[in-house]
Amino acid sequence: MTEILSPAESQALLLSLRVSGVAIACALPFAFVTALFLARTRFPGKTLVDGIIHLPLVLPPVAVGFLLLMAFGTRGPVGGWLLAHLGIRFVFSWTGATFASALITFPLQVRAIRLALEGADTGLGEAARTLGAHAFDRLANLTLPLALPGIISGAITAVAASLGEFGAIITFVSNIPGQTQTLPLAIYAALQIPGGEAEAARLCGLSVLLALLFMTAGEFATRAARAWR
Amino acid sequence: MSVEVFLRHRRGAFALDVAFVTRGGVTALFGPSGAGKTSIVSVIAGLLRPQEGRIAVNGRVLLDTSTRLSVPAEARRTAMVFQDSRLFPHMSVRDNLLFGWRRAPVKADAATIDHVVDLLGLGGLLGRAPRGLSGGEKSRVALGRALLASPDMLLLDEPLASLDAARRDEILPYLEKLARETRLPMLYVSHSVEEVARLADEIVVLQDGRVKAQGSVFDLLTDVDAIAGAPPLGAVFEATLAGQRADGLSLLAFDGGVLAVAKLSRPPGARLRVRLRAEDIMLACEEPRAISANNVLPCIVGAVRAHGDQADIQLLCGATKLAARITGASRARLGLEPGVSAFAIVKSVTVEREAG
Repeated sequence: MTEILSPAESQALLLSLRVSGVAIACALPFAFVTALFLARTRFPGKTLVDGIIHLPLVLPPVAVGFLLLMAFGTRGPVGGWLLAHLGIRFVFSWTGATFASALITFPLQVRAIRLALEGADTGLGEAARTLGAHAFDRLANLTLPLALPGIISGAITAVAASLGEFGAIITFVSNIPGQTQTLPLAIYAALQIPGGEAEAARLCGLSVLLALLFMTAGEFATRAARAWR
Repeated sequence: MSVEVFLRHRRGAFALDVAFVTRGGVTALFGPSGAGKTSIVSVIAGLLRPQEGRIAVNGRVLLDTSTRLSVPAEARRTAMVFQDSRLFPHMSVRDNLLFGWRRAPVKADAATIDHVVDLLGLGGLLGRAPRGLSGGEKSRVALGRALLASPDMLLLDEPLASLDAARRDEILPYLEKLARETRLPMLYVSHSVEEVARLADEIVVLQDGRVKAQGSVFDLLTDVDAIAGAPPLGAVFEATLAGQRADGLSLLAFDGGVLAVAKLSRPPGARLRVRLRAEDIMLACEEPRAISANNVLPCIVGAVRAHGDQADIQLLCGATKLAARITGASRARLGLEPGVSAFAIVKSVTVEREAG
């Protein structure tokens, strides 16, 4: 890899993969619970809750980054407390980039999982009940495995989307090589240097390859999900 | 063995108000769609909570709204077989079959599992996925899955309704074997009198959310007043294969006479369940002589119900009850009143199954 990519390029690529991978893996359980909640319950104000969950998807990423900075910056109410009591610092760190990525792609995951859950036949749950399966048993052995293809395709799509995240990351955790400089930020940094267009083009090509790879994988997972039913 | 059902439930314009007790065996819940059959089994299974009700199976109370008792569906041990099989698509046939078994408080032993697999002819399907099964195969797997959960009661909600006639004929023998072999109380929802006549010991007839009639399959289907047109009239009774006549016809002896029917390949002495549809019986006041029908049975008119220009006649042939439907004009011409002697000319006999 080092023969094809320069050390700086592979650093940006690996950081991107780490940030996106960890972000989606950490957000997944929360996304599943949220999707389950939205798919199974009915209450007044559900549309509002649904809207709030979808906010990161429709807000300008820069706004999300700014809001994160306000709340989770070292002087922010949450960030200050985390630093003082737990020693956790998001700003200028890859964990902050991960947190921003997770938040931005959270609605995508919730949507995909919710669709998978709502597409599942509720009659199967009734059958399982009359055969003696309790609620948690049904969740673990029926709901989860049946929604699994949807969960996987949702996660892969979210990883692909999060690889392109720019505005929230640069606003929240700045552009630090090796710490927060993911591929899109590296492209931006290259363009800031006179004569950096060639470098930017190489990084763009890398982004295109990566995006295609993940989208194809996501498509396969979706097809597998359909074939199951 | 008994099943007690009492429930009142109102949803929109539909009101359900039923109470009945069965003594085990196969009880058919018969009625047109919208009569409340599926609601009743859903309440028994615990999938639907009625506004008022009491359900007890073999003395174990599953629901009693007056004491706020409601055993959750998963603890009721009332396995249900649905119209649409509802097999778990991500599990093999084997795992589907063992789903309830794994969760049963008292598990059936290996021999029982083998027996059920054998009884339902599932041996060759165990490794398959539900997706590749035919409708009939799915129904059989669903039936086996419910049985292996070792339930106290089996609820069958039109398990054959989604199948075509050929598939239905494929499953019915399995259900008959099941009804004969297990001592499990079964509630069989159906709107097919053929299925009911073949399987049921008792019938509960539902109409508009109420019990219209209840009785033994041998009595109720000839009770012209109680059923008043639905289910269709027709006698069901048991007979013994007495032997073969010189002309090749088999003789069925029953409590009231002998019927000659097309050759049966079963051994002499076999007990069979026989059905005579009301439309297949003609009536005469004097014994007809030169006639194509093979069977003429002397009987006495039991009850008569005139409706429109038709008349339903219940007949007593020895201890066996038969029923015939004729026109009101014929009835007047022949003077058929309760107590009058008549001859039933049987046009066709259906041998349903071996009697249990």
